[in-house]
Amino acid sequence: MRKRKGVYASKMKRATHMLFYRKHQKPGVKGWELHRALGADYPKVLDILDDYLKSLDLQVKTVFEEEKTPSGKPSLEELDKARFYITLRGELTPKETKMIGWRIDDLAGLAVAIAYIISKKGQAQRKDVEELLNEKLPGWKVGFNIDRYIRYGYLQQDDNEQLYLDWRTRAEVDEKALIDLLLRSEAQTTLPSEVEEEETDDKDSE
Amino acid sequence: MQSKKEQKKVGKEKLQRIIEMCMAIENHTVDPFLLDIDDIIRVIKEYFPQWEQADELNLDAETIHHLASVIKLQSEWVKHRSTSLYTDPFLLEEKITQATKEEMISVFLKAWHPLVELEQLSLHSLAEAMRYWATLLPLKERWPELAVPEVAMGITSRDELIRQRILGDKVFSEELECYWRELKEKVAAKGREGKIFYWDFIGADSYEETVQRAFLTSFLITYGYATLEIYPLEEEVFIKPFEKPLAKVGTQQSISIPIAVTHENWQKWKRGELD
Repeated sequence: MRKRKGVYASKMKRATHMLFYRKHQKPGVKGWELHRALGADYPKVLDILDDYLKSLDLQVKTVFEEEKTPSGKPSLEELDKARFYITLRGELTPKETKMIGWRIDDLAGLAVAIAYIISKKGQAQRKDVEELLNEKLPGWKVGFNIDRYIRYGYLQQDDNEQLYLDWRTRAEVDEKALIDLLLRSEAQTTLPSEVEEEETDDKDSE
Repeated sequence: MQSKKEQKKVGKEKLQRIIEMCMAIENHTVDPFLLDIDDIIRVIKEYFPQWEQADELNLDAETIHHLASVIKLQSEWVKHRSTSLYTDPFLLEEKITQATKEEMISVFLKAWHPLVELEQLSLHSLAEAMRYWATLLPLKERWPELAVPEVAMGITSRDELIRQRILGDKVFSEELECYWRELKEKVAAKGREGKIFYWDFIGADSYEETVQRAFLTSFLITYGYATLEIYPLEEEVFIKPFEKPLAKVGTQQSISIPIAVTHENWQKWKRGELD
């Protein structure tokens, strides 16, 4: 029993190294890589790791191939084709977003772009997204920001200037929750206190 | 009462229009439900008995193919609407437009779980790197310089370059014009309906000459002196010279047509098996 525990502890360490450190151009690890490194019981190792990460407000996120999330328990074959990431389990506060390098304007622009593309069944003309963002963001920043979202892997663009959601959105954003929350939201007239603080900080630093 | 020929013409035009409409839908510029599938199938059925030629049947098949793509798009649309992720896009767009920056942020932060990753050197990776460096051979040893013999500079003449086949004996455009005239003469002598079988034009006594003629022929077509007529079902390729070179070469997107001029094909042509 103790030996088995030791094996899982060692596999969990190996999984942590593989998931936290970027090995490829994109972060995350493919299921088959974990399968090869940890053995066929890697889903169990990931479950233990996920449980352990709960207390740190982190989680092991599984993104299935081509967004084909299985309705029931995924098979080993489906898991082998999926990609695994470590993501934040809970929510960030607006103040924390600045700590990880996002300005409120840029993040709001990203939220609008993602929500708009979802509303258009997963693809939208770049000029339409630009038009929408132009209403509230300075024109020079709009194109620059969209290119940045593409570079980071949130959006992708084809030769016809159509925008789609890319791998990072699928890994980081709960699309259903975003749409539900947006539809349920009421117009907010007062600023959340932390956003207010952030704007004050911005003014101070200018 | 329309003649059969006129009916065919009208039918072809209708199919062309259907294909264009389907392509617009495939490119997501038109709503897939604007197309009345039953109506389109009725049109396709109506004209189908009249198609006899390969290109007509081809057009019919192409229409069916595009129609199938549209039906697939309609099916995807229905599937999407039936999922829990579906929301009325107009309502959502309205919400996005009306939401304040702060509201958008507060909603997004509830659904956003950014990735966590580390980029850091470890003692282990540094040690690995040092070991690698220690065993790495210097560039001089890995990429030894090629021994290129030194050659004294000299003077050559145009005749010498032509003899060595570095230059042609005519300016290329002149050569092309000559070749175009030869094509027109051959079509007049041996061709039918203003065209000639491709191999009958490029084929020569030696394989080398055949390849050279095929090479020049490709320029005749690229520069608008001639065109190809291809009948895929019969596997026949004809070349047809223009009376005057086309002026608008390069304004339209051109397509490349690979034609294998293999030694085996040349031998078959010599034996008269390619006709």
